[in-house]
Amino acid sequence: MALAVVLVPVSYIVVRATDQGWSTFHATFWRRRTFDLVVRSAGLGITVTAVSLVVGIGAAWLVASTDVPGRGLWRALLATPLALPSYVAAWAWIGWRPSLAGFTGAVIVLSSISYPYVYLPVLGALHRTDPALAEVARACGRGPLAVFVSITLRQLRVPALGGAILVMLYSLSEFGGVAIMRYETLTYVIYHSYRASFDRTPAAVLGCVLVAVTIVPLVLAVWSSERARVARVGGGSARRPAVIRLGVWRWPACLALAAVVGISLGVPAWNLLRWIERGSSRAVWSDVLDAGLSTVWLAALAAGATLLLAFPLGVMSVRHPGRFSRTITSVAYAGHTLPGITIAPSLVFFGIRYLPGFYQRTPMLIGGYVVLFLSLAVGAVQASIAQIPRGLDDVARAAGRTQWGVWRSVTIPLATPGLGAAATLVFIAAAKELPATLLLRPIGVDTLATRLWTMTDAAAYAAAAPYAAALVVVAVLPTLLLTRAGRLDRP
Amino acid sequence: MRKLRARGGALLLAMAVVVGACGDDDGGDTSATTVTPATSGTTAAQGAGDSLEGSELTLYSGRNENLVQGVVDAFEEATGVTVNVRYGSSAEMGAALLEEGDRTPADVFYSQEVGAVGVLAKHDLLAPLPDEVVERADERFRPPSGNLWVGVTGRSRVIVYNPDLVPDPPEGVLELTDPAWNGKVAIVPGNAGFQAFITGFRVSRGEDAARQWLEDMLANGVRTDYTSNGDVLEAVNNGELPLGLINHYYWAGLAAELGADNMKAQLIFPKGDDPGGLFNATAVGITKRGADNPAAAAFVEYLLSDEGQRYFVEQTHEYPVVAGIDDPEGYPPRRELEGPAIDLTDLDSLEETQALLADLGLLS
Repeated sequence: MALAVVLVPVSYIVVRATDQGWSTFHATFWRRRTFDLVVRSAGLGITVTAVSLVVGIGAAWLVASTDVPGRGLWRALLATPLALPSYVAAWAWIGWRPSLAGFTGAVIVLSSISYPYVYLPVLGALHRTDPALAEVARACGRGPLAVFVSITLRQLRVPALGGAILVMLYSLSEFGGVAIMRYETLTYVIYHSYRASFDRTPAAVLGCVLVAVTIVPLVLAVWSSERARVARVGGGSARRPAVIRLGVWRWPACLALAAVVGISLGVPAWNLLRWIERGSSRAVWSDVLDAGLSTVWLAALAAGATLLLAFPLGVMSVRHPGRFSRTITSVAYAGHTLPGITIAPSLVFFGIRYLPGFYQRTPMLIGGYVVLFLSLAVGAVQASIAQIPRGLDDVARAAGRTQWGVWRSVTIPLATPGLGAAATLVFIAAAKELPATLLLRPIGVDTLATRLWTMTDAAAYAAAAPYAAALVVVAVLPTLLLTRAGRLDRP
Repeated sequence: MRKLRARGGALLLAMAVVVGACGDDDGGDTSATTVTPATSGTTAAQGAGDSLEGSELTLYSGRNENLVQGVVDAFEEATGVTVNVRYGSSAEMGAALLEEGDRTPADVFYSQEVGAVGVLAKHDLLAPLPDEVVERADERFRPPSGNLWVGVTGRSRVIVYNPDLVPDPPEGVLELTDPAWNGKVAIVPGNAGFQAFITGFRVSRGEDAARQWLEDMLANGVRTDYTSNGDVLEAVNNGELPLGLINHYYWAGLAAELGADNMKAQLIFPKGDDPGGLFNATAVGITKRGADNPAAAAFVEYLLSDEGQRYFVEQTHEYPVVAGIDDPEGYPPRRELEGPAIDLTDLDSLEETQALLADLGLLS
């Protein structure tokens, strides 16, 4: 089942890349330009990932472990930029500072909306990390910074790495932001070649290249996560960690968080206000509400369905690492780097052939979201499972629990914050998804993202603004739930 | 209520799909709500009118909902047909239709450009339209043979300029290579309209002339740092940019959003056979499936009817394609717009245009 789901986009591009014979394939593949594009895409991906790691880990640590002023507020706000479609953010920046166009602008836009991929799983992990190690280190005389570097960062390696991969894959597959920032990447060229000629072959060949490019970070990640066993001796129950006092650094830290939110959320929000102020078009509020409800409904279904599939996959890859589980996980990730214009037709291709009864109905759309976002969930699930001491499983099994019983009584409760993070990531990604939603939604169903697209496409910017704002609100909901759940499971 | 039930069913189905079971309940049932027709006084639906009452039609629209839904509503009102519309971009709708092939649920495809329907026609996915419908359109908006598509509205390429910055504007794009315009003109090489214009240039004046013009423009510091026609228009209107090359109807769109009083930007419709005056069209075609649905032909007929054509003239400020309909207000009359002497189907040599633009570093 999982294999079938993850294979859909990849097998589609292989079919399309080769159906006109290998000579066409070679003609596109062995071009100097293809190589240049790979270099550009990789450069962008690496830079955005590095920035996101620093911002995501730093922000999560500040709100989870320290007494930075306004933690509750920052905790929720920091996750919301994920809900912004990249083109909304890119427009805001290019409207404000046109000179940013190019690499710098692309890095700013992509980092500012994708650091939550690191922030959320790291935050989830921090909420359930055993503080004992850090406390021992402090008792041995290490300062807060030394503890952070030597202990906390090590414990966060798996969730941070999972997040970093998502950022990397997202940067490689992203189209809207790089197009507006006029930074040519593989995806950008795939879009143009597709739109221009309707010839699916070059786009599919470049899609294969893109998938190949992702193998490098994936292999690195697998290698690294297998080395990063978080050892824990004894079964002591995790307690709520002591809050680290920042002292004079409280306000600079607060300022840093404000800067992150200002850059990622403030600039786009200000631009939306400018749209409303300048334009005369107006959104119909009942339409916004309708689209909002459909969005929440579809995104919640997508999150639930994706989690159902990601959980066993995540457990398998962490508990029974092997070639098979590695392959499935890698293919799931690889599918995530393909741009929407490739994924959406692949879903059409398979949907209409093999599930004609569901084609362009809600279940098919949800299935499409699962294909698109499985990798988002798998990373977060893996991270949370990896933190559960293996011994606990063994004890539960020794006490007579079945496999399902072990999951229910040990794995799921302990992994809840991580699973919540996974569900949130999928929820938000599904809420703003556009190309597949346009093609697969039941006729007459509109989501916030499709309405936003309709309005901006027709230059009705003022009417578009409420939809963008509603998307951010919709993203705040699960984030709040998530951060509350993180607190509730502590006494 | 119906929505909630549908959602409940959909939830069950989604779960059924996820656990790999089979469901037979029809979760997203969109049972038709019949519209009472106002049959009298419509010319378009006559002939088929009564028999269409209560029938359904699925339309894939590559044009924006804000531009098309009005004419769809009017058609439903006039005929009693329920139209299910899927909106997307022309490229993605075209791609979906190619993947769906004969299995498509779509009866009609309405595209932003001739190119997309042309590709579907090439892949043998379209059915011929009734001759009398196609013949309503001016000859320049029809395919040379086969009647697999027909133009619905016309749009002209224009030069937009800011009178404060350019008191003495040029008359056509051929003049823009003059040093007087050095660094003052913006083009959008990735835009489909611009590429159609270059294709028209190549077809009408030859490859060498088109390449020469582009090279001269580059030597003359042409600006390519705007991503869309809309951006160029806004920049000209704000006084950031003196001149740009866009499609004519963008002006009306921005005027509607900002108010006509706030429009500084003015348009020039290049005269004669200046390639900059290319006259292009939106186009519609019926799928093989739609050939069996009388409502599909009726819809295309309605788009080309007097009512349909007037709707577009008034709402989208595009040019009509049939005789006897007034041109959009405030724009030069259609007969004065010549543009390069080409056939719209010649615009399908888009790949050569892109190769040329890529060769000059204007496109990847």
